[in-house]
Amino acid sequence: MTGPRRGPMRLAAYLVLALVAISFFLPFLWLIVASIQPGAALSADISWQFSWENFGEVLNAETIFRPVLNSLIISGGTALITVFAATLAAYPLSRYRSRFGRLFLYGILFSTGLPITAVMVPVYTMYSQFELTDSVPALILFMAASSLPFAIWMMKNFMDSVPVELEEAAWTDGAGWLQSLRRIILPLMVPGLTVVFVFTFVTQWGNFFVPFILLQSPDSQPASVTIYTFFSTYGQVAYGQLAAFAILYTLPVVLLYTAMSRVFGGAFSLTGAVKG
Amino acid sequence: MTTATAPRAARFGAFVPALLLLVVFFAGPLLWAVYSAFTDVALTGSAEVNFIGVDNFTTMWHDAQFWNSLWLTLVFVVGSAVIGQNTLGLLIALLLRGRNAGTRGVVSGLVIAAWTVPEVVAGFCWYSYLHRDGTLNGILGWVGLDQNWLYTTPMLAVILANVWRGTAFSMLVYQAALNDVPPELHEAAAMDGASAWQRLRSVTLPLIRRSIVSNLMLITLQTLAAFGLIYVMTKGGPGTKSSTTPIYMYQESFQFYKLGYGTAMALVLLVIGAIFSLIYVRLIKVDNL
Repeated sequence: MTGPRRGPMRLAAYLVLALVAISFFLPFLWLIVASIQPGAALSADISWQFSWENFGEVLNAETIFRPVLNSLIISGGTALITVFAATLAAYPLSRYRSRFGRLFLYGILFSTGLPITAVMVPVYTMYSQFELTDSVPALILFMAASSLPFAIWMMKNFMDSVPVELEEAAWTDGAGWLQSLRRIILPLMVPGLTVVFVFTFVTQWGNFFVPFILLQSPDSQPASVTIYTFFSTYGQVAYGQLAAFAILYTLPVVLLYTAMSRVFGGAFSLTGAVKG
Repeated sequence: MTTATAPRAARFGAFVPALLLLVVFFAGPLLWAVYSAFTDVALTGSAEVNFIGVDNFTTMWHDAQFWNSLWLTLVFVVGSAVIGQNTLGLLIALLLRGRNAGTRGVVSGLVIAAWTVPEVVAGFCWYSYLHRDGTLNGILGWVGLDQNWLYTTPMLAVILANVWRGTAFSMLVYQAALNDVPPELHEAAAMDGASAWQRLRSVTLPLIRRSIVSNLMLITLQTLAAFGLIYVMTKGGPGTKSSTTPIYMYQESFQFYKLGYGTAMALVLLVIGAIFSLIYVRLIKVDNL
């Protein structure tokens, strides 16, 4: 938009960019400062007193370890089931043209747009009818189902890039479709499988509403819900601890995202999302 | 493009796990929603559920608070997604073109950081940022503009928070789209004496039109049912001043135990989402499928 050598325009562009950077940084300021200040309050007043006390306070089974373990089980389980079902479904979608496949793809694409939040009231009524509320496996199955449309869409796009000729050789050797999927396509699709797994994992790690509705007992709730409970119960008094908790809960996601974008390039989670 | 030797098992058997999950846990609740929206099912544990026809929808029609929530949802979607995220994302993508790696790294790094943070944590950050004693008032206090943002302007507060959280998506979409615009076109237009603004309007924007439309559809769909961010920051308050339809639906269903009524509202949200989703599906080229 601006010519590289036009002074005032260039300066204006840098000013706007600096403003953007500062505005995006400021909301983080409190989180960072409060976490390392003992007895921090809401204001990000810097008292120049640093300590790991807040982290120490929250690093116990009750506050952090069990919720994070629950998050690992829920997000990891969801991601595993999603990747498994999506890989299988993506195979015929990528390899054969059929009316059913086409219809299925349209359905998938359509469902990626449906607001999951809105489905939660009927899901809750249905789950309570069949006594499935407060069950972690039932929660995982719903999360997997709601992650599937986008996962299948991504997986199909990744599988399309594996040449079909490689498989034909295997077929002439008498290998069945499951064998050629396992021995030929999957090894070539490790990056794609990783992206779908991590994308699903990260999305569900941050998912608040679904476990908030479907799980009642504190013992099985993931960190996204317990951190909210902590906020509404102790948040007003123990801000430093809340900030420390928030950082510890956020860190895995940020690390995963950074690792993924190093390996697969910046916009990894956009893969296949916008093909308009 | 495909071989005729396709075994039937591969064609249909492979769909079974995904279909089973989608039908039981996704389509099932949707159908259930259609059914229970016409009943008086409640959370109070009374076993009797009556079919009450369109009563829930009649109630909704006369419920001023529902219309208020729909209006606030519209304000939230248009303000934070269509105007905020979309414009800011495009602006950042345009400004970052051709900058050095350091600038690009810092700016897009911060924008993406806001995006990767889980919804609830984003809510905490903004709650504390806009709080009476928070960072923003600390800065604005110098010029006497400090106030209790979460009470005086709750909608603006949640809109700004959602712009902060969601701009990265639009930015990434537009960065990818701008990469595909051939630089020669720009140079040619510049040679002809077109100003930066003219080049943007008559060269760049028409070329990325498709990305703009799909981005608008996608962010609208992502914003329509936002819950956690608003719930953490304002709980829909003060009063009902930031109670968008998802928040109102949650309160009616789980705090006032009117699940049937809540489901009817969910159905309205789903229909709105479905309309946008259909438009989006139509936009994707058919030969891509």
